[in-house]
Order: sequence, then C-alpha cells, then structure tokens
Amino acid sequence: MSRELITSTVVPIIYLLSTVLFIFGIKRLSKVKTARQGNTLAAVGMLFAIVGALLELGTVDYRWIVGGMALGTVIGAAFAIRVQMTSMPEMVALFNGFGGIASALVATSVYWRLVVQEGVAATVYETLGTDEAITVMLSVLIGGITFTGSIIALMKLQGSLKKGQPILLPARHFITFGLLIAAIVFGTLAVMAGGPDSVMWVLLLAAVSLILGILLTIPIGGADMPVVVSLLNSYSGVAASMAGFVIGNPLLIIAGAMVGAAGLILTQIMCVAMNRSLLNVLVGGFGVADGAGGGGNDEYTNVTSCGPEEAAMVLEDAESVIIIPGYGLAVAQAQHAVRELADLLKSRGTKVTYGIHPVAGRMPGHMNVLLAEADVPYEELLEMDEINPEFKSTDVVIILGANDVVNPAATKDPASPIAGMPILNAHEARSVFVVKRSLSPGYAGIKNELFEYDNTMMVFGDAKKVLQGLIGEVKDL
Amino acid sequence: MTLGPLLIGIYVFVLASFVGFEMITKVPPTLHTPLMSGANAISGITIVGAVAAATTAPPNVANILGAVAIVTATINVVGGFLVTDRMLRMFGKKKKK
Repeated sequence: MSRELITSTVVPIIYLLSTVLFIFGIKRLSKVKTARQGNTLAAVGMLFAIVGALLELGTVDYRWIVGGMALGTVIGAAFAIRVQMTSMPEMVALFNGFGGIASALVATSVYWRLVVQEGVAATVYETLGTDEAITVMLSVLIGGITFTGSIIALMKLQGSLKKGQPILLPARHFITFGLLIAAIVFGTLAVMAGGPDSVMWVLLLAAVSLILGILLTIPIGGADMPVVVSLLNSYSGVAASMAGFVIGNPLLIIAGAMVGAAGLILTQIMCVAMNRSLLNVLVGGFGVADGAGGGGNDEYTNVTSCGPEEAAMVLEDAESVIIIPGYGLAVAQAQHAVRELADLLKSRGTKVTYGIHPVAGRMPGHMNVLLAEADVPYEELLEMDEINPEFKSTDVVIILGANDVVNPAATKDPASPIAGMPILNAHEARSVFVVKRSLSPGYAGIKNELFEYDNTMMVFGDAKKVLQGLIGEVKDL
Repeated sequence: MTLGPLLIGIYVFVLASFVGFEMITKVPPTLHTPLMSGANAISGITIVGAVAAATTAPPNVANILGAVAIVTATINVVGGFLVTDRMLRMFGKKKKK
C-alpha cells in the first residue's frame, strides 16, 4: 500500500473507528450492566488511535516513542494495580494531572521545533499561523492549570495539605484575577514576538499557569475536592482538544471535547447532589468558621457514648437496621467487617439495608465501589431518595464514619454553612449509633448536632475494630 | 462555502461537545467515579500528539518535551483504563449471582 493511501485514507478511517469506540465506550460506561465492557471498548479505541498515529508517522526513529511508552506503561500499571480501593479518587486526580501536562508538553514541543529550533526570525503567528499559535498558548495554560491543580487536589484528598482545610490567602481573588490577566498578556506577547524572543513569554506563561493551578485549588475545602477533580478532568479534555488544534488532528479535538463536556456535566451533577453552585465551590473557603452556625470548635454537650456490648443489645431487638457508610469506613478498610455484621444480623431475621448519600466518601460512588468489593448485594444499597422515607420506621441506624451527610443542621438551621444540603434523615430512626474515632468535625468543619440528640449514642473507635467487637457481641447473644 | 481547517476544527469541537453533553445526562451515582476515571483515561488521547513530537533520535528540547509527554500520557491512558476496570470488576462480580 502506498504511503499516500495510508495517510490519506487508512489512518483517517482508523481514527474514525477510534472515535466511534470512544462514544460507545462512554455510553456503556454510564450503565451498570455494560460499564466494564464500555471501559474495554474505550481502551480498544485508544489502541486504534495509537496504531493510527504510528502508521501516520511512517518510518521514523522509534526509540523515544517505544522507551516513553514502556516507561509510562510500567508506571501507570504499577500505580493502578497497587493502589488501595480507598485511594481511587486520588488516583483519578493523579492520572488527570499527567494527562493535562502531556497536552501542554505536546503543544510546547511543536512550538519549540517549528519556532525555536528552526531559528526563524518571523513572529510566532507568522510561523505557526495565528490559530495554531493561539491554541499552543491555550494548551500550555489549560494543561498547566490542570497539572498543578490535580496535584493539589491529590494532596488535599490525602489530607497531607493542611488536612484538606481551605487555605485562604489575603486578597486571593485579586491575585488570581491578576494572574489570569498576566497569562493573557504573556500569551499574546508570545504570539506576537519574533521567533527566539518568544521563548521568555512562553516560559512566563507556563509559570503563571502552574501557579494558577495551585491558587485556584488551595482555597477549596477537602469536601469539595470531588467536584474539583471532576472539573479538572473536564479541563484536561479541553487541553487535549487544544493540542488537537495545534497538531491538526480531529481525533484529539473530538475526544478532548467529549471528555470536556462530559466532565462538565458530571461536575454539575455532583454540585446538585451537594446543593451548591459551581461558582460557590470555586470561590472556595467553604468550611471556614465564619457563619453563625459554623465553627469547628464548638463544644459538644449532652453526648452519650457506649461500647459494642450495649450496642449489640439494642441490635438484638431490632427488626430493621440501616447502615450509613462514610469516609471513616473507607479509611478503616471496614467494608468486609460491615458485610459480616450485616450477614449475621440477617441470619437472625433482621432487615438490613444501606443508605448511600450521593457524596458519601470522597467521590460519588465511592461507597458503592467499596461495598461491592466486599460482596454486599447491589440491591441492598439504597440511594438517598429511596431510603429517606424509611428512617421513621427503622429501629437502628448505624453510622460508620459519616458526618456531614447526616447533620440535621442542614435542614433545620438556615444559618448553617451546609444549610440546604440534602442529608440522610438518620435522626428520625428510633436509635442511632455513630461509630466514629472522635467528635472532630467532618469535611465541612462544623459541629454535628445529631451527636447531641437523645436517640444518638456515640461508639468511639476505628470502624473496623468497633464492627469486629459488635460481631463478637452479637454472636454471643 | 468552503471551510478552512480552523473552522472545520471548531465545527468538530462544538458538535463533539454536544455529543459529550448528551451522552452523560443520565448516570447512576454508583458509576460517577468509574465514569470520571474512564473519561479521564480517554483524555490521554493526547498521546497521539505526543508520539508525533518525538520522532528523531538526537536529544533536543523538542523531542525531549515530546518524550516526557509520551510518558505522562501513557501513564494517564494505561493507569486510567486499568483503575477503571478494577473498580468495575467489582460490580461485574455482583451481577453474576
């Protein structure tokens, strides 16, 4: 087959196939039954894309390509295989950051080869064409923001950066706005500058983009990180799309735009689940003690606590039990223990279901993934709207390391920072056991008045240890 | 009417965005994280641009930037699809019962 035929027909057809596979892949990923197949389809689409790209190159020196792919595969696979199920959200953030920086690097590489290495004196927009010059700058800007933003999000999810609390610089909106203007100015100067003179401006733009990524993410509290990761995922799609404009490849433009749009919708869905506007999340500072109902250091009064023995005695008489898992369950790796307790209770004739708040854990779906790992039947996991009417007629609610998502202040105290956030109405049950390591506030950084309710008992301790204690006690009944 | 490459690109971008919006309107919350992860792996498509940026052997700034892009994009692609599959494998296990 001639080279001409390959690049003009075969490669475009392969790219089209790849696009179709991505579309089917994402569509199938949104249904439980077909999700895994969808992921495989998308992966095959990616394989097609890479084969197409290599065919398009023809005979070149493959050393960098093979070496780079081998190294990337080893690192990516090592991360993916070794990561704990609890750390999935962090992984998504990390991979996303790598995707963002890759797009910025592709654009910079093209710019460097065509402008700097050729040593042409003409302006950048004359050498690359105005549209390509602008998209190079946009790739650098968006890719850079995605990279550092994702890294900060990762650190916040891990709690290694000020335990996920917002970091508020004085005059931060002013600084951010100023940097954004600076990015536009540097980008414009880079496009207008003559050949080698543009390097300084491009480097300045890259530096500003990286700083912007940090500054845009640090004021946002850990509770909102899922939204931020989702938004950054959308950005990395847009960055890939911009890189597609730079190299004139429709596959990148399409796949990037689809991910960009899909990421934006998902971000919106998550915001709705938390009853927050996207703007509200991005402005940041959520969870800082400034509202009338806020303040993470409020003293608790009238808190009663008990041990597993007492809790087991209450469970003995319960006809219906609802378990509400939260991040504490993930941290303690207690998903197997919780299923064991549920099985035990069910064998005694108790009805056991799970109430899953849309934002329980660190990401929507986080709890479902964890409990599925422990073989908890899918039908027992009920979403907020399904389970909320059930609480009034439920004997016992066991809250495992969840906090803000069961805080009645959200519905009762209009001054509370989380006012209006939909919650699980756990307080309506006859008795509530809260398994928690301490009275420390959750991600929103506020007091949870549920802990003071008369029907609430605190069972302090690590979720897994408490559950094992409970299992032992129930067995002895 | 003849469309230049930039305009064709913009047409494609806008239409693909609509496809993206339409694809994802109804998703059970269970699948939000895997979907985010899978979509994220697809954004590693920039690997196609990265391979084109490192096609000569003697090290220079452009092909080193390209090679680093290949590594990071491959991490995004390989890691992203594998992690998504790990999450989804658990759901798959459940259905068979």
